[in-house]
Amino acid sequence: MENSFLIDSDKLSAAALKRKHEIENDKSVRINHMEFLPNMDKLDNDIYDKLVAASTGVDWNSYTKDDVLRALRSETLTIDDFKALLSPAAKPYIEEMAKRAKIETSKHFGNTVYLFTPLYIANYCDNYCVYCGFNCYNDIKRKKMNFEEIRHEMEIISKSGIEEILILTGESPVYSDIKYIGEACKMAREYFKNVGLEIYPCNIKDYKYLHECGADYVTVFQETYNSDKYETLHLLGNKRIFPYRFQAQERAILGGMRGVAFSALLGLTNFRDDALASALHLYFLARKYPQVEYSLSCPRLRPIVNNDKINPLDVHETELCQILCAYRIFLPYVGITVSSREEKHFRDGIAKICATKISAGVSTGIGDHEEKYEAYDSNMDKESLTKELENDECGDEQFDIADKRSFDQMYKDMSDEGLQPVLNDYVYV
Amino acid sequence: MEDKLILGGREFNSRFILGSGKYNLDLIKAAVENAGAEIITLAVRRANTKDSENIMDFIPKNVTLLPNTSGARDAKEAVRIAHLSRELGGGDFVKVEIMKDSKYLLPDNVETIKATEILAKEGFVVLPYMYPDLYSARDLANAGAAAIMPLAAPIGSNKGLTTKDFIQIIIDEVDLPVIVDAGIGKPSEACAAMEMGAAAIMCNTAIATAKDIPVMANAFKLAIEAGRKAYLAGLGRVLARGSESMDPLTGFLRN
Repeated sequence: MENSFLIDSDKLSAAALKRKHEIENDKSVRINHMEFLPNMDKLDNDIYDKLVAASTGVDWNSYTKDDVLRALRSETLTIDDFKALLSPAAKPYIEEMAKRAKIETSKHFGNTVYLFTPLYIANYCDNYCVYCGFNCYNDIKRKKMNFEEIRHEMEIISKSGIEEILILTGESPVYSDIKYIGEACKMAREYFKNVGLEIYPCNIKDYKYLHECGADYVTVFQETYNSDKYETLHLLGNKRIFPYRFQAQERAILGGMRGVAFSALLGLTNFRDDALASALHLYFLARKYPQVEYSLSCPRLRPIVNNDKINPLDVHETELCQILCAYRIFLPYVGITVSSREEKHFRDGIAKICATKISAGVSTGIGDHEEKYEAYDSNMDKESLTKELENDECGDEQFDIADKRSFDQMYKDMSDEGLQPVLNDYVYV
Repeated sequence: MEDKLILGGREFNSRFILGSGKYNLDLIKAAVENAGAEIITLAVRRANTKDSENIMDFIPKNVTLLPNTSGARDAKEAVRIAHLSRELGGGDFVKVEIMKDSKYLLPDNVETIKATEILAKEGFVVLPYMYPDLYSARDLANAGAAAIMPLAAPIGSNKGLTTKDFIQIIIDEVDLPVIVDAGIGKPSEACAAMEMGAAAIMCNTAIATAKDIPVMANAFKLAIEAGRKAYLAGLGRVLARGSESMDPLTGFLRN
């Protein structure tokens, strides 16, 4: 089964619609996704070649029970051991994997769980990524917050108690230029202890500037590491250039960022291939830059505005749990973030096994924290909230979230689970 | 005679130090109540938080804080974090931790020596976390360190005294208290380090990951005290095989 991503808006002109269909149906009108554009920094190294050599053409059914047990008995895992833990043969051993993962997590992180919140400051996007709510052809309410609005949002979030913020934008260097994002970072430093970015990949000098503005962590999702599949999903915009995105974390490191985060969007193609490649992307960079803090995320596909059918296909909760336990056992020292794409019961459970960071008080819309926080406080149902938000000045969401708990509720729930919620463990130097 | 641990001119009865970077509140309670800890480390970056979550509130008032510079990647950053610690009311004690590896968190001795020199000159009581190397330990002593804190094994590993011989050399050769830090996994290992002449033991994971935290904390207290007493008593000789012949080999000598 496949997701059907392509949606035509009735607001597009005949010419625009024609162009959209051309791009969707005719590969020859799309630009070469493997070639850097002239303004893009290009790093000359063999990390991608190493990744391809280690992660492509894996026969997942060749792994056996013995391979899984050997991996679980090893103190440090080889790449092949890691593959065994991702394979179907490991699924019956999920409880053993979880037990081992929990031990590794407690050695490196104790019983802590970090809390943060994302803040989307703009949802304009130049890319056409067929699965994403922000894609340039999707008919959604667009918004770029001005600085007064950003400050207001930050005040509200900060008042809730959050100390770590992740600033996000749609990928439009035109609407959300580096200067604009930099100003948002400077403002965030006034309200929060820790500022991270999840924005379009940029050049080293831009990362350096954003670091000077106060950001220290950069998250870039590769979405899928299968470049052929990538080409069929990312049809327009800078994001189409697969290797430029692949090198984003390394450019961020060279720009002075303390930490970088990685992920594939699970459900786009063979999830085992993508989980393997995500971890190895991190692994090879960590060998080159051992001083950097690394983390992995694990987003699964979610429904978006105008397409509520999108789902993560065969990546069920059990598979996701298997992937995360395998990550933890193979890379015991890395952070693992589980976003509000997952439901409460999953996040509560996985935080006790291997997740080290979860979001709380989340909105993936633009400029709507105040209304949403009030609505969640008063337990307003989803339909009334949607109506409430329809008439106002907010921008639409990137995807539909599954866990709407407020910061207070999350802090309490994590404490009740026997975990120690941590709001900050960082100092900008 | 009273046997006190003296660091930076201050006297302590306990030779157990809780390395509490992970801030398990049960662990802090057990360390103070069951292990008698009088010193608890505090990551400055973790204390860098809002009033609503002030870590200082969780630490009993009669306990001395030992702020650490974790997160520093070079001497310059460690110095800045130490300054921040002073601003936050962390006092003059500072444990210098400088790591350039996020996987094993091994200390960088070269940068640690640089930071120790700067901070000692500024009046800090500097306790540097280091990889057990004699030359580095001597340089740290010359730089003004108040104690030397060599690691026994990679942090969090519970692997025990894997660097035993090198720690013994530092204890023998450097005239500063040596606090064994990181890697101690069992009370018996803490006891062994104390028998060797270590001045104190810093420990976290061994207790934090035990099934019963308070009981394990108490086990460490007893082991450290036993090891200290054994050291002060002077260990008896170890009989070597074949060396106890009743007839002296030199009995034939006439004059």
